[in-house]
Amino acid sequence: METLLNITIYLPLLGIPLILLSKNENMKKWIALIVTVATFLLSLPLMFNFDVINSGAAQYLTEGGRITDNLDIKYLVGLDGLSLLLFMLTTFMAPIVIISSWNSVAKHLSGYLSMLLLLQTASLGVFASLDLLVFYVFFELSLIPMYFLIGIWGGSDRIRATIKFFIYTLVGSLIMLVGLIYVGYDAGSMMPGTSFTLDWRFLSSEAYQIGLVEQTYLFMAFALAFCIKVPLFPFHTWLPYAHTEAPTAGSVVLAAIMLKMGTYGLLRVCMPLFPNAFMEFAPYMATLAVIGIIYGALVAMVQKDVKKLVAYSSVSHLGFVVLGIFALNTVAVQGAIIQMVNHGLSTGALFLIVGMIYDRRHTRMIKDFGGIAKQLPIFTVMFMIATLASIGLPGLNGFVGEFLILNGSFFSELYDNKIFAILAASGVILAAVYMLWMFQRVMFGPLENEENKKLVDLNAREIGLLVPLMIFMFWIGVHPVDFTKYSENQVTELIITSKEKGIAVLETSKTEDLPEWASFFYGLNEAEKSGSLMVSTK
Amino acid sequence: MDYLGDLQAFLPGVITAAAGLLVITIEALKSGHKSVFWITALSVLAASFFAIQDLGMPMKEAFSGMLVYGGTAAFGNVIILVGTLFCVFLSSDYLERIEHNYSEVYAMMLFATSGMLCLAGANDLISLFLGLETMSICLYVLAGLIKNEKEGAEGALKYFLLGAFSTGFLLYGAALLYGATGTTSILGIGAAASSDLLFVAGAALLLIGFLFKISAVPFHMWTPDVYQATPTTLTAYMATASKAATFMAMILVLSRALPAVEGLDWQVVLSIVAIITMIFGNIIALVQDNIKRMLAYSSIAHAGYALVGLSAGTPEGYSSVAFYLFAYTIMNVGAFGVVAYYERNKGLDFSDVTNLAGLGFQKPLMGVMMSLFLFSLAGIPPFVGFVGKYYVFAAAINANMIPLAIAGVLASAASVYYYLRVMVYLYFREAYKEIELFDPALLYKGALIILAVLTVYYGIEPVLPTTGLMDILSSF
Repeated sequence: METLLNITIYLPLLGIPLILLSKNENMKKWIALIVTVATFLLSLPLMFNFDVINSGAAQYLTEGGRITDNLDIKYLVGLDGLSLLLFMLTTFMAPIVIISSWNSVAKHLSGYLSMLLLLQTASLGVFASLDLLVFYVFFELSLIPMYFLIGIWGGSDRIRATIKFFIYTLVGSLIMLVGLIYVGYDAGSMMPGTSFTLDWRFLSSEAYQIGLVEQTYLFMAFALAFCIKVPLFPFHTWLPYAHTEAPTAGSVVLAAIMLKMGTYGLLRVCMPLFPNAFMEFAPYMATLAVIGIIYGALVAMVQKDVKKLVAYSSVSHLGFVVLGIFALNTVAVQGAIIQMVNHGLSTGALFLIVGMIYDRRHTRMIKDFGGIAKQLPIFTVMFMIATLASIGLPGLNGFVGEFLILNGSFFSELYDNKIFAILAASGVILAAVYMLWMFQRVMFGPLENEENKKLVDLNAREIGLLVPLMIFMFWIGVHPVDFTKYSENQVTELIITSKEKGIAVLETSKTEDLPEWASFFYGLNEAEKSGSLMVSTK
Repeated sequence: MDYLGDLQAFLPGVITAAAGLLVITIEALKSGHKSVFWITALSVLAASFFAIQDLGMPMKEAFSGMLVYGGTAAFGNVIILVGTLFCVFLSSDYLERIEHNYSEVYAMMLFATSGMLCLAGANDLISLFLGLETMSICLYVLAGLIKNEKEGAEGALKYFLLGAFSTGFLLYGAALLYGATGTTSILGIGAAASSDLLFVAGAALLLIGFLFKISAVPFHMWTPDVYQATPTTLTAYMATASKAATFMAMILVLSRALPAVEGLDWQVVLSIVAIITMIFGNIIALVQDNIKRMLAYSSIAHAGYALVGLSAGTPEGYSSVAFYLFAYTIMNVGAFGVVAYYERNKGLDFSDVTNLAGLGFQKPLMGVMMSLFLFSLAGIPPFVGFVGKYYVFAAAINANMIPLAIAGVLASAASVYYYLRVMVYLYFREAYKEIELFDPALLYKGALIILAVLTVYYGIEPVLPTTGLMDILSSF
């Protein structure tokens, strides 16, 4: 099984030389499709054989040798409860993305497919790696294919969009790199037999504790990188721009997979490594998340371009995920994890649908449409389901995630204030407003534009790539336990470990040693602090 | 005196020097003979072979303590010779194309390499000066190769005047150090190190001489003009091999002759120079349209990154610099190689980055390799440039110089813009008109492909190039 995991990660890379060597355009597409379908099929046993009870322990581990004896830098991949669903989502989306761009790529097809495949390997690597340096390498590697995807195959303002995307994300992750190296040496000094380690299994365990001040700095360095990637308000400005200019496939991958790297990083790195800072910053992060939810929704409401509207809805939806993560209880974090998958499915579907209508009409402006529901019955059904899933209608996937997150945040001791959940809930209402209003203006009303009368309905290929997404929307909506079970045990354990670690750090460190700015965050006295934490571990 | 043993210790340098003499003789007898290129290539290859044999050996002295070999010096020799080898391979085709393919070029490269090997293994201020001058004088000649064009003459003259001036600094520093300690031996100076004015002034002047050669800010003024004026593959040689040699010499001098004494905190000085160099180099590079000037400023910035490792002042820092130089050499020779390919293509001038519009798809291999080398220079994983930067920043962080590391990563974030800009033109913009680029020679393509493979290989398998480099370098 270990080999199978590695094959799954690197199989897409193998497709690249085949694509470059083949002369025939159709052949190239088929190779890409076969490779991605094979990757998906190979990843299925990883899910079926996953030990749900011990989801806290990394499974299918491959551990490479150390670089030198005293530097514990090594290749380390494996799957656990946090990563499994996102890993599966990545393998699942890849064939859909390839099929979606079957006829819409006019130039440099081999480059396009190669970049998609490279992006897939990078994304799978991000989710599977358990050594944080390997994680960082894959995290950065994923920028390169996306840079070219937007830059070569994007819209008219693609160059500025792609450079903004690249540099924005890079600045964050470079600062994270400094933090990463610091953590490596810090942890290495506590681990016998090495002077440097970034093995997540050690870092997340209770054996590794960081002092309060260092935690604050490190948390800020890491959180900045991840928040830019998410993107959390106010770091979101690159996103709508990149989304609008990206080709359909690029938008789908960006929304479904790449944004998750940010929230995944918050969960994987920030929570277990810097528990005190995580808890202290939680209300501030939640504030930003709630602002993001409402702001994203309000901006989405006034968009004239459907794709931009969906892009801003991403800002809003990802706000929910961040809110859930920082609530730090099992319900909310579980909701956040399933919401990551949901967002991938429903926003991915929405971008695909926008792409389909754009292929037909070469416009995405809401005012150019109206009344096309009669013309395109199947399209209307698909669009409706994706829209409702995105809004969070009960019975569809979005509801499950949002409900768990709101429920968890409502009772979160960290937030200690119900206003976060209350305000966030208004985001659900706003989502209904902007999505349904857009749907109404695009699909219903009088069919006035002559060009819209010529529109043809979805063909078999397009239906075929949307139906799998719809199946999972219903499946998660009706029976979420099939999916949430994978992460449940790990999330519970990780939260307990993190909280205990936080208490241990508080006990060993003296709050009066903290500089003034830091005691702003650690303002409560120790007894009060440990007391409130004790309650929440139960 | 064990002459044979001494010669064997300096075998790579002896081979290159002898080959240089042979090349001159052949040129005198039969001008422009084809064998010259192969003699050069094979001698450098042989020298590299012997240098690689030396890797992992403990460091020993030769020539009565004038030179060291093995250990750090061996690693320096490998970097220098690898850089030289690829520059020689790239040069023959390129120089032919710009109609400046003289045998003297190869002779000068061989002599310069010999000087660099002496410099990288210098154990005495005399041999250090000897190596530095041998290298520099040959490079002055190479810089003036295109003497009939205005830029060529200007660049060469500028290089010569400023270079001579800086050598003066270095020599003056050496003299003061001799005055302060009564010896020219590097270890002897280290043993007699003190904080009196004479010693401090000598050390400072010596450092200035070095900083000029590695083109650190504020001693960088000559770099862009000289790099632009020199034929591109020779620029690559200048920017990599000579810098690597000077840095290796700096490592030996800093670690052995200038221990941390009260009142002589060169670590702080170096870290300030490193910060200024990184920021300045990268910011000026942002606005360059000429691709060679851009790479010149980028190489200034890269000297800054290497200085970060040096200013850490730990064994880890020194070994990180050694690895950085290796990484820098392979990716920079590669980048200059591709630039040389585009530069004068079928009589058209592509030295301006805006002229590269849409050419990436014309010859996909060259376009992909250009992107690869540039991503590596920008320090994006999984390329060797990332590993190099990682090691130097890690050394700085471990030496508790976190602000230095943060300045470094921010500077490298800014640098990404101008590296990306080349790719924007190569791939994202439409070509102005239909241009048929020529196919590069097989040797040229082969050399670039090997460099690209090395760039990726050492990025994915971030082991230090030989087992135990870290241990050898830790033995200071």
